[in-house]
Parts: sequence; structure tokens; C-alpha cells
Amino acid sequence: MKDISLSIASPSAAKPLQKIGATLTACAILCSIIAAYGAGKTHPLLFFFLITALFISAGILYSIPYFKARAGIKNDGIMQNSLSNRGAIAWGIAILMTGFYIILYWFPYFLEGLIRTMDPLSMMLRDKAADQWFLYGTFYTLAVLIMGMRFIAKYKFSRYHVIRTISVMFFQLGFAFLLPAFLLKLNQPEFYFSYFWPLKYSYLFPNDIDYLISSGNLGVFMVFWGLVMTFIATPVLTYNFGKRWYCSWVCGCGALAETLGDPYRQNSDKTLKAWKIERWMVHSVLVFIVLTTTLLWLNSWKSGTILGDASGLFSQWYGFLIGSVFSGVIGTGFYPIMGSRVWCRFGCPMAAILGLFQRFKSKFRITTNGGQCISCGNCSTYCEMGIDVRAYAQKGENIIRASCVGCGVCSSVCPRGVLKLENLEEEGRFIPYIRHEDKK
Amino acid sequence: MKIVIVGNGITGITCARNIRKLDSNASINVISGETEHFFSRTALMYIYMGHMKFEHTKPYEDWFWNKNRINLIRAYVKTLNAKNKILLLENGESIAYDKLILATGSKPNKFGWPGEDLVGVQGLYSIQDLEQMEANTKNISSAVIVGGGLIGIEMAEMLHSRKINVTMLVREDLYWSNILPREEAQLIGKHVAGHGIDLRFKTELKEIVSNNQGRVAGVLTHSGEKVECQFVGLTAGVKPNIGFLDNNELETDKGILINEYFETSIPDIYAAGDCAQFRIPKQGEPAIEQLWYTGKMQAETLAKTICGDRSVYNRGIWFNSAKFYDLEYQTYGQLPPETNPEQKSFYWEHPNGRHAFRANYSSTDESIQGFNFIGIRFRQIIAEEWIRERKTIDFVIQNLKKGWFDPEFSKAFYMDISYSYLNR
Repeated sequence: MKDISLSIASPSAAKPLQKIGATLTACAILCSIIAAYGAGKTHPLLFFFLITALFISAGILYSIPYFKARAGIKNDGIMQNSLSNRGAIAWGIAILMTGFYIILYWFPYFLEGLIRTMDPLSMMLRDKAADQWFLYGTFYTLAVLIMGMRFIAKYKFSRYHVIRTISVMFFQLGFAFLLPAFLLKLNQPEFYFSYFWPLKYSYLFPNDIDYLISSGNLGVFMVFWGLVMTFIATPVLTYNFGKRWYCSWVCGCGALAETLGDPYRQNSDKTLKAWKIERWMVHSVLVFIVLTTTLLWLNSWKSGTILGDASGLFSQWYGFLIGSVFSGVIGTGFYPIMGSRVWCRFGCPMAAILGLFQRFKSKFRITTNGGQCISCGNCSTYCEMGIDVRAYAQKGENIIRASCVGCGVCSSVCPRGVLKLENLEEEGRFIPYIRHEDKK
Repeated sequence: MKIVIVGNGITGITCARNIRKLDSNASINVISGETEHFFSRTALMYIYMGHMKFEHTKPYEDWFWNKNRINLIRAYVKTLNAKNKILLLENGESIAYDKLILATGSKPNKFGWPGEDLVGVQGLYSIQDLEQMEANTKNISSAVIVGGGLIGIEMAEMLHSRKINVTMLVREDLYWSNILPREEAQLIGKHVAGHGIDLRFKTELKEIVSNNQGRVAGVLTHSGEKVECQFVGLTAGVKPNIGFLDNNELETDKGILINEYFETSIPDIYAAGDCAQFRIPKQGEPAIEQLWYTGKMQAETLAKTICGDRSVYNRGIWFNSAKFYDLEYQTYGQLPPETNPEQKSFYWEHPNGRHAFRANYSSTDESIQGFNFIGIRFRQIIAEEWIRERKTIDFVIQNLKKGWFDPEFSKAFYMDISYSYLNR
């Protein structure tokens, strides 16, 4: 018998590399804890390089099997793996990440040593000592870059995924990390050109606008940019391309979900009940932020005489409940348990607005190819937004849902090539496929 | 009206759903011994490979059946008493019907090979087969698959995902060459071999040999070769699952005999899907259709007949699809393995062996008759429209872009195809 053991060696070769990768990740976390405990203050550079080098090499090792493997769907064993199937490892990571967010938001002094390791980088980029947000931004960007590399390797057969992932990595690194730091260095306001109201809700609050305008020409441009992006670019781009132009190509929250969150995408809830909860929650948040913004402007217009501190309190509560608890602690901390898009799906007011456009006024749809669906369920399983894609595809209907971020994974995992993301004529996008023989 | 459907696969369930859509009063009852709820049989392989769990393969949530008043009965049918319109179940209960729909599906073929009933030898069709396969392949290192068809390749991929060495015995000289033209068969064969599957062409199973515990230890081929293994997958096609109709007055051949309305030899009894056999098949169409798509289309037509709108089955322009490891395959219209005398054929293949295109057209008026796409996604409505409207091959090649369904940013192979066509 011909010995074929060599030719099938590559899949099993993945195991040791990934074990080493996991070990290095654990070492990086351990180093972070040691640094936070105090060692970071005395040896900032050493720990900075140690931590980043460990994370990066772990990511590379983790991605190598994907780069080496033949191009194709790589979902073997996902449902049996403790990491991806809500096993002990998943819960461990969820607790670790949630804990990190709680400490970051409310007890940053525990991270003092770790923050100090970021001082050299922070001084270089911003001429300013690091704080907890710079630490967070650095880790966040690292996660997007490292896991983005893994994502590209895993989905290398699809140019759509490769280009889209390079895009989110670029916007995270350039627009959400380097550019704001550089602005600080130039004594300009720290402004994020890739975030807009209502996701970055304060950009349309009177206080922020007053501050930006008073800070000079660049500040005025920032206000202008924010207004244009919110009121002109958002509807126009969403009409032409769907909400994906933002959610899976530009947005930083989306960037983390698509990269760090990818191993958990299958854990989103696909039930009708979850969809009902989603619609109530995400639109409530939108109403909440619109009300808050309106109140602040009313108050500012009446010089604080009508509402007094109430509107300020309103915006503080929004910041705490939605900005911190929801988007961070639950949105990211619960990745391994509830999937990668909890925040985007249930909480993001930007997603809510984009979704309304996408559902009612857009050329975007996921086209179902005639009667070719075999109802296997891969599309629904791997939808990070919890859309029951199959429910549409098996009826020959196009998928037009407010929540769809256009990541394109449903189309990739479909074993019969039934789904295609595309921008066509707006007219007729809801018309289902009917067999020629059944047409009256 | 009390309707009883035997079988909760795609045919039985599509029938039930469509009857409910047409008639809100009918009593709809679905009997199945296999599972409580409908699941997608095509997804069995993904459960084994860990892409999905069983619950992911259920196309409807569990509340769906109650809400639509579709009564699910978990039981196997023992016998049919057509005279009294009663089904006797294996659990001893009986159920009466006004109209009976038989959609009992298939079971794997066995051809009386010596050793075919040994432990570790099995086919793959039902969820029970999958459970058995899970048990049979625990901690084994090599397997043999008999039959080079669609389920065979799926089984190979499944086993391979668990690092089990796979040898496939294929009777023909190329993979699936009773369906595919040679070039496509070769391309797929190469791709599959490239994944590490040991394909043995022109090789037939003679005997399955056991170890001293009654478990499979290997196979012997007709050429006298011995292949050691701990598992044998029998994937040489399927046959109608109609054992419970033995010695019944209902007329059967290989399957339950039906006319174009799915009516059997007994009034008020209908059959559809894998288990049914057309008494007089239409020209160029098989007597038994064993596909997901045909099961679904048959059921949609039958539901109309059941609800009073007696309708003839018309499956329309032929189409099918599959996936061989990483290669997606779509076919439309008439694409026989050997071009028939009135046909000409144009074939294009990418040098990387992952994309291919074939168009068959009439040698008299150059009208398009069929397509094969490998590693290329194409719009069904366009392909069918062109075939139906007898567009010329020139028109088709010039307009390929219109039907292109590959993801955005993909390489536009329709350019390569038209160059190749112009320079042929």
C-alpha cells in the first residue's frame, strides 16, 4: 500500500504550533501581570518589548498552519474545541477579558505598572506619558493586527476577505491609533476620524463642538468632518454599499470583532427570540442617544436654564451604561460566550442607523442563487450577527436585514455557492426566486 | 381531511409545509423514526467534521411545528393496511389517514459483498448511520471507501478531517466518470488526490475480510490486492427505502411506482422523493430522482395535488451542485459525460486546476444546451434562461459576466474563458 502519511501531515502539524502559540500568549499575559504589579515601572522598555514580542510571535505561530494549508474553508473541529465551543478555555478567556475591562474602567490604578511600560511608546508618538486609554489603545490595535493576520491566512482564498481585513487593520492602526496620537503631539485635539456620531456620541455634543471650534482651524475642520460623515456620507455610502462600508471595513469595534472575535463568531444566538430582543435593544439605545443629544442642545441653547444638570446627568449615564459597560465589558468580554458582535448587534446606535438605511433604502443585498440552497446551515451557524441566513436562502429570498454587517462569511462557507454580497439596483431586491415552471 | 406523511426529510417536510400554506384546516401528521425534528441530511458531514452540531442542521426552530400545527410522530412504520386506510407502527400503535404520502427516502446500496455486514462496515445516509460512523471510526488509522460518487467523496473528507488515511476504490477509470466528462473527472480526481486521498481507479471490491473479533480488517480487490483498514464505507449509491411495503398490494419496482401526479397504484396514496419511481419517466430523465432539489420540487407539486389542484410534475431545466473538498461544482441543462452526436462542447480550465468551465451546444444551430462550472459560481436564473431561450454559444461567451456569481473582487475568469473561446 502506498504510504500517504506524508501527504496528509500538514493538518496534524498544526497542533504543536498552536500549542506553542497558546503558551506564548500565556507568557505575555503573565508578563503583563508582573509588569502591572510594579516591575513595569522600573523596567518599562524591557516589559514593553517582552509583552509585544510575545503577543506577536504567538499570533504568527498561530497563523502559520493557515498560511501553509491549502486554500479553503478551515472549520474542522470548531464544535469540538473548548476554545470555540464555550468550553472551559472559552469561559476562562471571557472572565479574563471581562476582568480586564472592569479594572481598566474603574480600577486603573491596578494597572499602573503596566501603563508605565507604554510610556516610551507614548512619549514617542504623543509627547505625553501613557494613561490607561493609551494602554488599551495599544493592546486593541495589537489584537486587531495580530488576529487580522490570522484572519487573512484563514480566508486567503477570498480576495473580499483579504482586502476587507487589510482595510480594518489600516483604519485601526492609522485612524484610531497613530493619527490621534500624532494630533496630540501637534497640540491639536485628539480626534478620531474613523468614528462618528452616534457611535462616538460626544462628537455632536455642544461641549465637544465648542471645544473643537475654539481650538483652531483644524478643530473647525473636525466639526465639519463629523457633520459631513454623520449626515451626508453615512446615508450616501450606505445607500450604495450597505452598512458594511463602515461595520466591516472601517469601524474599530468591527475590526476587533472580525479579527480577535472571529474564532467565536459561531456562538451568536440565531433564534427568533434573540432577533426580537436585538431590535428592541438597539433601537432603544438609538432613541436614548438622540434624546440625550437633543436635550444637551436644548439646554445649551437656553444656557442651562431649563434643564439644569439633568441633561448632563443623562449623558453621564449614557457614557457609563452604553459607552463603558455595554460596549466594553459585555461587548468584548463576552466574545467567547455570546459571539463577537454582541455590542454591534444589541447596543451600537451607529449600527442601528446604518441598519435602518440598509433595510429600507439601499442597493445592498445578499443574493440567493435561485433554488440551490440545501438548507445545510453553515451560513446561519457562522453569521456573527445571529441572522438566520438559511431561513431566507432556502426560500429563494435575498437576505436584506438591518443587522447584516456584510462580512461575507456566509457566502464563503456556503458549500453550494448560493450567496453573493452585491450592490445592484434597489428595485426588486425583495422579490424572491420563483421557478420558471411555477410562474403563472 | 387527515393527511399522514411518512418521512420527515426534505420531501415529507416540504409537503407538510406547503399543504399548510394551501389549507389551514387540514390535519397534517408526519411520522419519522429517524429524528424528532426535520434536519438537513446534506449537512451530516459537517456534524462529523465539527463545523456544526446537530441542532445547527435543523432548518426550523422547534416551536415552528406547533405553531404551524404540523403534528410530529416519532415512530417507524411497520405495515400499511391500504384497505382500511391505516398504518401500523412498530410501537404497536396505529394511525388512520384520509390521504397518505410516502416519502421514506433511501438506504445505502449493498451488493452482497462477502463481509458487508461486519462491524466497521457501513453506508452513510441517516443520523443513525452518522452515530454509528462516529463509534466505528474512534481511534482508527485507515479506512477504505467503496464507490466513487458524491457520498464517497464526502465520507473521504470526513474521515480525513480526523486524520484517518483514506483509500477509495473506484470502479471506473476516473472519478465520477459516469456523470462527469473526462476533463472534469480528471480535474476533481487530481484535487482529491492532492488532499491525500488514495484513489484506486478501475478497482472493484471483491471481499471484506475480518479480524478474529468479527471486525473489519481489510478489503480484497478483484485484482487480488489487499488493503488493510479498520473501517469500510459503502457508498455505491442508494436505493429506495421501502422494506415496510414488502408483500403489500401497493405496486413497487425498485421504488414505489407513481405517475406524473405522484399517485401510486392505490387511490389516496402518494409517493415522492427518493423512494418513488416514475412508471413512465420522461425522455432523458431518470425513473428515480435521488436529489435534495428534486425531492423539494416534487413535494411542492404534490402539495398542490393534495390540496385539490391536481398538478403534473415538471422539474424544469436540470440543475445540480456539489462540493468536492474545496471545489464547488454547478451544472445546468444537458451535460452528459460523453457529448452526444448532435452536441459540440467547449471546455476551459485554469492552469491552477481549481477552476473549469464547460458549455455544450447544438452542432446545428449552436444553441446552448448545458453548463458545467467548477470553482466558479454562476447565476441559476441566467443559465436556465439562456438554455430555455436557446441562446447561441457566441452570445453566452460574450455575456458570461451577466451570470457571474463569484464573490466581489474575485478574479474575472470570464475574460480568460472568452479569450480561450476566441482562440480555440
